[in-house]
Amino acid sequence: MRAIELADVGRAYGERVALAGVTLALEQGETLAVFGANGAGKTTLLRILATLLRPHRGTARVLGHELPKQGWAVRGRIGLLGHEPLLYRDLTARENLRFHARLHGVEAQRIEELLDAVGMRARADDPVHTFSRGMVQRTAVCRALLHDPELLLLDEPLAGLDPGAVGLVAPLLKGRTRVLISHDVEAGLAEADLVLGLRQGRVALLGRDVSEADVRALYA
Amino acid sequence: MRHAVAALLRKDLRLELRSPEAVPAMVLFSLSTFVLFHFALDEAEVSGNLAAGILWVTLLFAAVLGVNRLFVAEREEGGFDGFLLAPVDRTALFVAKATLLFAFLAFVEVFMVAAFAFLLLGPSPWAPLPGLVLVLALANAGIAVVGTLVAAIAVQTRARDLLVPLIALPLSVPLVIAGARATAPLLADGGAGALEGRWLMTLGLYDLVFGLLAYAIFDFLLED
Repeated sequence: MRAIELADVGRAYGERVALAGVTLALEQGETLAVFGANGAGKTTLLRILATLLRPHRGTARVLGHELPKQGWAVRGRIGLLGHEPLLYRDLTARENLRFHARLHGVEAQRIEELLDAVGMRARADDPVHTFSRGMVQRTAVCRALLHDPELLLLDEPLAGLDPGAVGLVAPLLKGRTRVLISHDVEAGLAEADLVLGLRQGRVALLGRDVSEADVRALYA
Repeated sequence: MRHAVAALLRKDLRLELRSPEAVPAMVLFSLSTFVLFHFALDEAEVSGNLAAGILWVTLLFAAVLGVNRLFVAEREEGGFDGFLLAPVDRTALFVAKATLLFAFLAFVEVFMVAAFAFLLLGPSPWAPLPGLVLVLALANAGIAVVGTLVAAIAVQTRARDLLVPLIALPLSVPLVIAGARATAPLLADGGAGALEGRWLMTLGLYDLVFGLLAYAIFDFLLED
């Protein structure tokens, strides 16, 4: 079973086509790196894979299930770390994680393990609105990993993190199937098994042996 | 679903306790409205139909304030996405939000009925209180169901503050008619009259119909 199979997937917002004709296959345990300028359709692709958006064209299969029809079978097996941390600002880090743990049926012990892993145990009982951007991101990483997802959907996962925090967080995000949106071309390519480049919603680059120059050309 | 509803309720109550928004606004609005009626009507005391009308219109407008805030945290802080990514029945969100709104209304009504009795009501509030509690409970269920449904529709739009009253108030007309008709005899001069079963049935039927409707369509409202 492939982790992700997309065939001619497209999505529009009204008249504007955000994504069109995306066809690719990603094996279990591989990393798909997605590159493209702002508005290229990267986030739309990520939200389709996360079952949060319906594709308007084509077929999308994630973890062996067709979306959106079988989205219920995929939810809970996906971890999404996007632009929004999906945390309530007036709740503490621990309260936020407890809330998500209850929704996912996860034991409280897992929360403490993750808080320790990202170095947030000392601030776990402070409200999220008192956190720096990096601390919010570290808490969001805990939220995305709470249920030990098979597939991680990551949009600039290390954004806002200092080098020390990167050292704590980056290893936690490895070792599973990943879709990684990044503007750091060098780092993104180093992680990638498969590279997808988008330009104005269309596939401009797709392959396993892609050069840095090819990716940089997407931003020209 | 029970665990998801409990988790959502616990989270929402904690958020409201930590930064109170909806409940204080509803209470203050109700009190201000009664004060305005007190001076605008130029009457020291009201009873019967007039008292019931004032009570129900005030309750409904106060409820609109609560309905407007119902999904704001979900919308502004990514709660919708967080919930939609979880492997839980989406109806849990509807049940939790409707239960929360019911609880807010019940809490607000404690202050509201006391203020109404103190500022406007002529007859003693004690004799009609059990009947009034029953009518309010049935009406709260209807407001909670319709309010949650309307809030879920409106929160997806930019004009949510306008949409909530525009959709919720017309949908609440049967509820206000039944509530006011049921309450008027209770608030009549010369002691509490009897509750009329047909108005209670109307309220119960309203709750049932909109409850089933909400159950059937709420999933679709959460789709993109």
